[in-house]
Amino acid sequence: MRKALIETEGLSKTYVMGEEVVRALRDLTVTICEGECVAVMGPSGSGKSTFMNLVGCLDRASAGHYRLHGEPVSEMDADDLAAARNRMIGFVFQNFNLLPRTSATENVELPLMYAGVPPKERRERALAALAQVGLASRADHWPTQLSGGQQQRVAIARAIVNRPRLILADEPTGALDTRTSLEIMALFQSLNAKGMAVVLVTHESDVATFASRLLLFRDGRLVGDQPQTPRDAAAEIAAFDARAAA
Amino acid sequence: MNFVTTLRVALRALRTNLLRSILTMLGIIIGVGAVIAMIAVGAGAQERVADQIRGLGSNLIIVMSGNLTSGGVRMGGGSGWTLTEDDAAALAAEIPGVVAAPMLRGGAQIVFGNANWSTTVYGTKQDYLDARGWALTVGRSFETAEMTSASKVALIGDTVARQLFADANPVGQTIRIKKVPFEVIGLLEKKGQSMAGQDQDDLILIPISTARKRVLGSGNQAKQRAVGSLVVSVADGFDAAVAQQQMGELLRQRHRLGNTQEDDFSIRNLSEVLQAQEASSRAMSLLLAAIASVSLLVGGIGIMNIMLVSVTERTREIGLRMAVGARPRAILNQFLIEAMVVALVGGLIGIAVGVIASYTIAAIAGWRVALSPTTIALAAGFAALVGIFFGYYPARKASRLLPIEALRYE
Repeated sequence: MRKALIETEGLSKTYVMGEEVVRALRDLTVTICEGECVAVMGPSGSGKSTFMNLVGCLDRASAGHYRLHGEPVSEMDADDLAAARNRMIGFVFQNFNLLPRTSATENVELPLMYAGVPPKERRERALAALAQVGLASRADHWPTQLSGGQQQRVAIARAIVNRPRLILADEPTGALDTRTSLEIMALFQSLNAKGMAVVLVTHESDVATFASRLLLFRDGRLVGDQPQTPRDAAAEIAAFDARAAA
Repeated sequence: MNFVTTLRVALRALRTNLLRSILTMLGIIIGVGAVIAMIAVGAGAQERVADQIRGLGSNLIIVMSGNLTSGGVRMGGGSGWTLTEDDAAALAAEIPGVVAAPMLRGGAQIVFGNANWSTTVYGTKQDYLDARGWALTVGRSFETAEMTSASKVALIGDTVARQLFADANPVGQTIRIKKVPFEVIGLLEKKGQSMAGQDQDDLILIPISTARKRVLGSGNQAKQRAVGSLVVSVADGFDAAVAQQQMGELLRQRHRLGNTQEDDFSIRNLSEVLQAQEASSRAMSLLLAAIASVSLLVGGIGIMNIMLVSVTERTREIGLRMAVGARPRAILNQFLIEAMVVALVGGLIGIAVGVIASYTIAAIAGWRVALSPTTIALAAGFAALVGIFFGYYPARKASRLLPIEALRYE
C-alpha cells in the first residue's frame, strides 16, 4: 500500500446564504494515496468544487479533519495554508489564470517567487518546467500570443515548477478542443507516471475515463468510489490523427 | 519573498497601467510642489521681515524728549528738549550692552553745483552708526577730533547722493547745507524703505557739535547740550526689556524726578512693531502651507481611490497569487509598495516642480522665496507617509481576500 496523501474524516462545509443554509459537502471520509490519478465527477452543485477547494487548502472546512501528507490542514492559519499550497499543490484552472502581459517564464516563476527561490535559480527551473511541457521555444511569449492549449501548458508548467506532490486540475480541458484536450490529458498522465498525484475535477465523463479511480459526488455526498482502467491519452491522440487523416 | 522582488512586481504593475499611474502621481506631484512653493514663499516673507529688523539695528530703542508739564498743562512728546548729550553718555556707560547716540534733527536745503535737494539733517555722534548697525559704502566715519572741533564734514545717504551726484563718487566733494560748505567724507549703505514706507536713505549726518553751531542752531538750543532724542541699541545677548527699564530708571534719576512726577521723556522700542509683523508673516506662511497640504491630502485620496480600483480589477490575479502560495503579508506588501512608489516618485517630481515654481514666483512676482533642505526633506517624507497611509487600506483589503472568492471573481 502506498502512503496516504489526502486523508479526510467527516469533512463538511456549510454556507449560510441569507436565510438559507447550503450544505455544500457532508461528512466526507476519503483517502487518496501518493501517485494516484483520481477523477472527481458530479453535476454542478454536487460538492465537487467544494471538495477541490478544501483539498487545495483554498478554503476551510466547517467540520471534520483533513490531513495533507500527514499535516493537519484543518488547524492551519492563513500563512500555513499559503505555505502548504506553495509546497505541496499545483493548481490548473479551466480558464488558465495566467497573468496578462507577463511572459510564460515569469508566469511559471510565480510559485518559486513566493517560495523565496533566488532569481537565477527561479528562471532556470521555470525554463526546465516549460521544456517539460514542450514549450521551451515559447518562453518569452505573452499569454495573448499563445493558443489555448499552449496557455494551459504554461499553467501546468507553473503547477509543477515547485515539484508538488499533488496536481489539482479544475475542468482543465473545459476551454479546449478535442485534440488539445487529449494532449493535456496525455501530459497529466505522463506527470502521474513520474509519481505526482493528479486529481481531476470535471463534469465530462470522457475526461474522467483517463483516471484510474473515479469519485462520484451528488448533493454534497460522496456516492461512488471505484477503481477503473484508465484510457491511454497518447494512444487516443494517434487514433484521433488517424481518423482525421482518413 | 524579498523586498527587491516585491518592488519589481509593484513596478511591473505600475508600468502596465502607465497612464493611470502617472495621473495618480500627478495629484502627489501637485501637492508636494504646492507645499514646497508655498513654504518657500512664506519663508521668504519671513526672511524679508527679519532682514528689516536687522536693518533697523538689533533692538533699536528711541528715547524722545518731552512730556513737559507747565502749570498743570501737559505739553506732550517733543514739547521740550529734556535730554542731553550727557544722558546718552551715561546710558552707554552705566547700562551693559547699550550703545547710545544723541541726536539733533532738522530739515535743510542741500546744494551741490547746480543740483539741490531738501532733506533731513541729523547732528549726531559716531555711536549712531553703531547703534543702527549702519555701514559705509565708501569713505570713512567721523573722527573724535572732528566732533570736538565741530568740523564741517558730512556722511550722506544713498538717496541724497543720487540726487546730487548721480552715479559719481561723492567722497571729497563739497556740498552746502544751509549755505555752509561741508566736505562729504562717506556714503552710507543703502537701507531701503522703513516699515512705515519712509525712505531711510534720504538723510545727511553731521557731527552734533557742528549741527548745533552752524546748521540747526536756534533759540531752543541755547541749552548747550540738550538734544531732541537719543538712539539706543541693545547688543545681542542682552535683554532689551531689562535694558529699557534700567534706562528709564537712570534717566529719572539723572533728571531728578520725584516719585510723583511723570517721566519727561518717552522710550519707544521700534523692533516691537517689526516683531509683531514677523509673527503675522509666520502665521501667514503657516496658513499657506496648510492650504498646500490640503492638495497633498487630495492627492493621497487619489492614490487610495486608484488603488481600490486596482485591487478590484486585479482580484483574480490576487486569487491566483494566493493559490500559488502568496501569504496575505506578501499581497499586502505588494500593494503597499505600489502605493509608496507612486507617492515617492510623485514626491520627487513634486520637489522638482516645487523648486522650479518657487524660482518662477521669485522671478515673475519679484517676491523673495527661501528654499531649505529641511523643507524639501519634510515634503518628501510627507509624501511617503501619504503613500503608506492611503495605500494601507486598499492593500489590507487585497490581503484579506479569500483565495476561492478571489479566483472566482468575475
